[in-house]
Amino acid sequence: MRHFWILFKHELRMLLISPTTYLAGGLFLCLMGFLYWAILREMIASPQDELPTVQFFKSFWIPTFFVVPLLTMRSIAGERSLGTLDTLLTTPTSRIALVMGKFSGAYCFYLLLWLATLGFPLIAENLLNKNNDSSIFLSSAPFFGSFLFIAVSGVLFIAIGIFTSSLTRSQLVAGMLAFTLLFVIIVGGQQLGAISEGGVALPTWIHAAVDYLHIFNHLDDFARGIVDTRPFFYYLSSGLMLLGLSALVIEAKA
Amino acid sequence: MDRDISIRVKNLSRRFGSAWAIKNISFTVARGEIVGFLGPNGAGKSTTMRILSGILSAQSGSAWVGGISVASNPHEVKRRIGYMPENNPLPNDMRVVEYLRFRARLKELPSKKIRDAVENAMETCDLARTARRKIIGTLSKGFRQRVGIADALLGEPEVVIMDEPTIGLDPHQIHSIRELINSLRGRMTVILSSHILPEIERSCDRVVIINRGRVVASGTHKALCEEFMPGNRFCLHFAGKEARLLEALEDKGISGDVVQCDPVSDALQSMQLIVGQSEVTGSQILKALKGAPEISLHSLAPQTPNLEAIFLAATKRSWEETIEPQPATAIA
Repeated sequence: MRHFWILFKHELRMLLISPTTYLAGGLFLCLMGFLYWAILREMIASPQDELPTVQFFKSFWIPTFFVVPLLTMRSIAGERSLGTLDTLLTTPTSRIALVMGKFSGAYCFYLLLWLATLGFPLIAENLLNKNNDSSIFLSSAPFFGSFLFIAVSGVLFIAIGIFTSSLTRSQLVAGMLAFTLLFVIIVGGQQLGAISEGGVALPTWIHAAVDYLHIFNHLDDFARGIVDTRPFFYYLSSGLMLLGLSALVIEAKA
Repeated sequence: MDRDISIRVKNLSRRFGSAWAIKNISFTVARGEIVGFLGPNGAGKSTTMRILSGILSAQSGSAWVGGISVASNPHEVKRRIGYMPENNPLPNDMRVVEYLRFRARLKELPSKKIRDAVENAMETCDLARTARRKIIGTLSKGFRQRVGIADALLGEPEVVIMDEPTIGLDPHQIHSIRELINSLRGRMTVILSSHILPEIERSCDRVVIINRGRVVASGTHKALCEEFMPGNRFCLHFAGKEARLLEALEDKGISGDVVQCDPVSDALQSMQLIVGQSEVTGSQILKALKGAPEISLHSLAPQTPNLEAIFLAATKRSWEETIEPQPATAIA
């Protein structure tokens, strides 16, 4: 545990002094700001069924595709290519503590980036809300639910990045692998869901499995305030499994 | 286990794919000794060092550091070892003092001792006044090596393992690193590998020569000389005939083999001579040649084989012993 905290603090510090982090953060906030602005314009143009906050968090997959690889690709692949992974492994640090330290650093920064997007509804509330009706921009239930979804799904997404980073010594390859896996999990789940909902007769257990893997359905539930344990189990178990595999890969490739 | 033994390696083997990196390696290192690891590229030096430091696991065999088995208690072994890997990898965007503090925390030094341990390591490696707050990425190669060595020395571990600590350094830097290593003698057990043979010769109490994954020689410089380069060697500058000189020596009961004999000028020749009898000294040769008026001796110098000659002889012998006979192929 002591090593985990040392590595976690070190990782956060290294993320804070790395230009790549600020590039990822800047790109993320620009893109999310633009998306929020586009959602507000849509609301002005035509009445919408959903609150801007819900619509905003539905586009979580757009930044995930580039922020997660950028945040995680250097974590283990960078250490391996530089050779500093060897020096870390000569200390009494366990592989699990190393992987968890890397994961926690990247995960905290990921959450910080999403927390920074809270600024958009606050700005909109101050500049645009003339009726003093705070439920339009600052409705607490969708906020809480959507953030919970971001936090829980982030475990899996960041774990994917850490796992792909452990597979190779090239940061570029690690980033591309992370992007591909994220694409398969997010878009693949959605496509399976589309098939399932498209009237194709599927056995019940396949239907249940597709529902289990449909990430956008999870977000819908969370945003409506339905906190189901199944998505929790899916994201946490898959994430922990990938982190365990990363530790094994580091052991095997030493 | 013997208390004076710091490192004991017994029948250690490790395979990468189908090729054996090391096979049945055995050696011991006494406490406080400085031992040099020699071997051609791919001989298995780094693999042995990595197994000793707990990064790699061995396929078979055992290794103990300070009486603790590396395989069964790698964490305890890592607390007792300071390791500087080949090419000395360091994070480029950290300051020297920050990096060493981070390493000290990871090495589980007590919180109260971290500051002192880092200061001592920086003082030993002459970093305290010159490079304390510098960013590692901006340091010269020599200073980077010092940071790597300071990291290995943090907390004064029982065993320090350094893989090529002087590679890529200029003669001044090599000299200062050598002095630094010499200052550790008796305080810590040091294993270092290097391709620079004079370095090993000057710094190490003992040498282990590895070739093709096997220990082909181990011992002090003198013991290795006796094993691989037996006999006394002399370099003679003389005027006269080579055959007559050998006859004059044989008349006095000194039998010698000529390694090389080249003319230096029209009248003068330079000869390298090996005398089989180890009791024969230079003065006996001088006396023997006094009785041969047609030989005019200009100089006589005894020669001690250097580590390079021993290394070449040991690795050549191991090649001859381990090389498998190729089946004869018909040429069409």
